[in-house]
This record gives sequence, C-alpha cells and structure tokens, in this order.
Amino acid sequence: MKITRKDFLRLSGLSLLALAGGKAVRAVTDLAGASATAVAGSAKTVRWGMVIDLGKWRGQGTDKCIKACDAAHNIPQIPDPAREVKWIWEQPFETVFPSEQTDYTRQTYAGRPIPVMCNHCADPACVRVCPTGATWKREDGIVMMDWHRCIGCKYCVVACPYGARSFNFSDPVPYIAQVTPEFPTRSKGVVEKCNFCAERLAQGKQPVCVEACPDKSMIFGNLADPNSEIRQVLGSRFSIRRKPELGTQPNIFYIV
Amino acid sequence: MFMFEKALVGGRKYWIWIGILLALIFLGSLAYLRQATVGLVVTGLSHDVVWGLYISQFVFFIGLGASAVVVVLPYYLHDWKAFGKTTMMGEILGMCSVIVAMLFIFVSMGQPQRVLNVLLYPHPNSLIFWDLTVLSGYVLLNAVITVTLLGAKHEGVPPPKWIKPVIMLSIPWAISIHTVTAFILSGLAARPFWLTPIMAPRFLVSAFSSGPALLIILILILRRLKVFDAGLEAVKKLALIVTYCMVINVFFVLMEVFTIFYSQIPSHKEHFEYLFFGLDGNYQLVPLMWLSVLLSLAALALLLVPRWRTDTRLLTWACVLVFISLWLDKGFALLIGGFVPSPLGVVARYTPTLNEWTVAAGIWATGALMITVLYKIMLSIQEEQ
Repeated sequence: MKITRKDFLRLSGLSLLALAGGKAVRAVTDLAGASATAVAGSAKTVRWGMVIDLGKWRGQGTDKCIKACDAAHNIPQIPDPAREVKWIWEQPFETVFPSEQTDYTRQTYAGRPIPVMCNHCADPACVRVCPTGATWKREDGIVMMDWHRCIGCKYCVVACPYGARSFNFSDPVPYIAQVTPEFPTRSKGVVEKCNFCAERLAQGKQPVCVEACPDKSMIFGNLADPNSEIRQVLGSRFSIRRKPELGTQPNIFYIV
Repeated sequence: MFMFEKALVGGRKYWIWIGILLALIFLGSLAYLRQATVGLVVTGLSHDVVWGLYISQFVFFIGLGASAVVVVLPYYLHDWKAFGKTTMMGEILGMCSVIVAMLFIFVSMGQPQRVLNVLLYPHPNSLIFWDLTVLSGYVLLNAVITVTLLGAKHEGVPPPKWIKPVIMLSIPWAISIHTVTAFILSGLAARPFWLTPIMAPRFLVSAFSSGPALLIILILILRRLKVFDAGLEAVKKLALIVTYCMVINVFFVLMEVFTIFYSQIPSHKEHFEYLFFGLDGNYQLVPLMWLSVLLSLAALALLLVPRWRTDTRLLTWACVLVFISLWLDKGFALLIGGFVPSPLGVVARYTPTLNEWTVAAGIWATGALMITVLYKIMLSIQEEQ
C-alpha cells in the first residue's frame, strides 16, 4: 500500500489526537481515584498549624522573625513594592480582618501590624486551580510548590483570597544579599510562597519564624494531636481565622 | 500547504497590507523576546494585578471565536440561505480569533517553555486544563470544516456527507469555549467581582454582538473594495442579531448592577465603584467605563431604529461603536476591575507598558494576517466558479 504525504499527515494527526484523548481519560479517572484514597487516608496523624498571639506580637523585634525567614529561604529584597516577593510580612489590621473592623475599634486596632503568610488552607483554592500540579497539598497539610513544574500562569495568585502568593517578575537572584546554599533560589516567571519550613520540619525542627520570634508569639504544632501545645491553646483561648466565610479553612489561627 | 499559492497573488495594496502586518509581527516578536529574556517585569503587571492586557485580550478573542456560531447555526440548522456566503467567513474569523486568544495565553506565561506541562501533568481540577482542551478542539474542528468545504468547492464537487455532523458538533462546541473561559473567572471565591453565575451568559451575548459586528465591518470592507459581495440580506440579518444581543448584554449588566447595589455587600460593591466612580483617589478606569457606556448607548440608538440600522453607513458606525464599547468593557475593564481592590484592599494601578502593547500588536497582526490569507484563498476559490 502506498502512503502519500497527505495520508501520512492525516495519520499522524489522528494518532496525536488519540494520544491526547487517552491522556485526558486517564487524568479524569485518576481524579476519581484520588478522591477515593483521600477518604481512606482520613486518619491523618500529622496536620500542621500555627497560632499567632497578637497580644505578644506587639513587642519589639518582630521583624527578626521576618528577616530570619527571608534569609533562610533566599527571598529577594526587591525595591519596587509592586513586584515584591513575600513569604511572611506585616499588614495593617483592617486589611487582614476587613469584617472584624468596627467604627469603635478603629482607634485601637487600625494600622496595627499583623503578621500574615500562606494559610496552608485545608481546602486551598490555589491547589484547585493549578493546571499542572505545581502546587499541591501534602498529607500533613502543607501547601507546597514545585518551582520546576510551575508554568507561571499565575492562576493560583488570582485564586488566593489572602494575597499570600508572589510572582517572580524578574530573576530574583541579584536581589538576594547573601544566598543560603541549603535552600534553592528561584528563577524568573514562577510563583512562590511560605512552605511552613517543610525542609526544617523534615529535620525535626520548628519553622524558622517561630524559632526567631521573641516572646513566643507564634506557636507551631500538630493540630491532629489533641495533647499538642497548639491544641491546648486553641482549646482554651478564642481565636479567629482570615475570611472563614470562604470555606478555605485556614490553618493559621490568630488570638486577638 | 493547502492551496497556499492562491494567497501569493495580489495587487500592490494587498502586498502593502501584508507588509504592514509582517512588520508589526516582527516588532511584536522583538518585544516578546525582550519579555522572555528579562521577565514579565517589562509589563505593567504587579503583585496585585497579575493578569492584564494579555489575559483580557484572551477573554475578548475567545468571544470573537465563539461568535462564528451566529452564522453557522442559522445556516446549517435553520437553512437561512442569506448566510450562504458568510458562513465560511465566520468560521475562518472564529478559528483565527481562537488562535489569537491562545497566543495571548502563551505570552502571559512566566515560564512559556514549560507550557506543555499542562498536557504532561493534566489536572482536570483546573479550568485551564479544560480551556486548553476545548480551545484546541475548536480550532481543529474549524480547520477540518474549512479545509474540507473549500477543498470540495475547489474541486467543484459537493462536500462529503460526514462533514455535516462535524459542523453540528462545532455549534455547541463554540458555546463551550466561552463558557469555560467565563468559568476561569467566575469560580473564584477570592474575586467577588467575577463571582457571578451570569458571567458565562454575559460573555456569550457580548460575544454575539461584538463578533457579528466585526463580521459586518469585514463584509462591508470587502464590498467597498469590490472584492466580494456577501449580499446585503446577510448584513441585514447579522445587524438584527447584533441588536438583540447588545440589548440583552445591557440588560444583563443592569441585573448585576441591581444585585450589587441593592444588596450593598461591600466586597462586591467596591469593584463597581472603582470602575465607575473611582476608589481611594484612583480614577484610572472611570473615563474608559463611561466612554464604554456612552458608546454602547449610541450604538443601541443606531441599531434600534430600523431606518438607521438598514442604512449601511450608519450600520457601519453602529458596529464600530459596539466593537469599541465591548472591547473597553470586556476586553479590558472586566478583568482589571476584578483585581482592584485586591484581597488585601490595595487599590492598585495598572497601565500596560509600550512593550506589552507591542507584543499585543504583534499578536493582533498575526490574527489579521491569518484572516487575510485565508479569506484570500476562500475568495479566489469562489472566483473560480
């Protein structure tokens, strides 16, 4: 049988289509499988979370913990505030808790700096929208980023209700004063955010901000363990979360 | 390539036009090369407005792509003979618009060389996965339809029977591309401005007014140039479609205005206030929004009076007004308005840079070049008869 060029092109087109179709079918069935395993593995032993005691955060030296994070994670110090890369930083109270503000609290609370970071939500919108799985949720609750898979579509930045994600508009390396060799630097065109110090947790250490913070204003621990310190604190004191009405279920709790 | 030689024959004006388009594509490529080397820092995008001109153009052109259905559906489902000569024009316009939209997505990526990760690690959770699927499917369907129909015409034989179901499939498929595009925006809890179920219907009707408006302009240009006459009957019918869809579009916008301002939920209201009245001293988009409103009202006046609508000169004006008005609204403000204020309350400014405009101009020119070449092929085949 003689194959003309036209036939060849048609055949290759069809085979490509079949390949793509198979891939799509597999992806959809994978999704069904994934939700089934999620139910089976619901008896999690570790679920990381954090409590921030704002009464203690007022003291001096709070920028120590931000600087410790910046240094440990090679976060570039970009002068243009519109293109900053931020993992943990301070925001005025009224922008962090817009619905907790009343005309009468304004005097005391307005403008008060509140530390913010990725909330490592139980149902993260960023993970849902990511087209490549470059951001995903670990079994222990940490929302992670793969900086080699991220295509830089920025959909996760758009979907995050907390503004916790930063995009690298240019190569970040020139803006790092001293590179920490233990942690990777990122390239231009990818998104990044707080990783709850997954690299330190693997060594049995606490997150670097918690360690560097004076006055124990941050408590990090296992929310799945009823005897952990964090559970004791959350059980005995009233705490709030950012935008709970959106159903993302943040794992960062604030004691006001 | 497919009857490509027919696009290589043309008068002086034709080649000047092609030359201009190629020059724009060249400039656009240079600007994109700069963006790819330095990063998206050469755009006006920022921490708070991470999507801008590129993505808004993507949304707008998907609309033009879907709008091919307004000529395909009446012709194939209802046998509207008037659209006999415009159907192919519509299909080509639709296909090229979707390719333009895909190019806009591509240039907005931070790591474009990794874009195939979407297929390599498919995540059906993400609407981008579905968007890529429906968009490539749509381009493929229209390419098959155009090539088959033109080929049959060229050889002077009736088109093969199997093409009819393919054309039928392209009708709901056209609706799907704009629906999925709307879902990209309307499914985000973080962005109250887009969080409305009317987004997809609104996208569709605005597409069904801007698309045929552009088609009318193209038909009238070809008529004026004495190259091709698609018939005034088709123009008349298209004008009627533009009129109805534009009215429904305005109606949908007013429904949003009612819900937002009667319910008075601050997070929803702020975005509208920013667009129409300015917020925290930032009035950047206010003139654009009111211009869009004025143009759409003027267009509606021209379209609603039958005597004016049937006058080709006034109709051309009406179509130009519809197109500009919807471009300002859907092709720019709708996207930017979703980012301001940001979830952290920042009332950010966004102005596309020259580099960004140049990249965009290169992509528009690519679309215009594709349409020119394909129309040229289509017309020379039609002339053969």
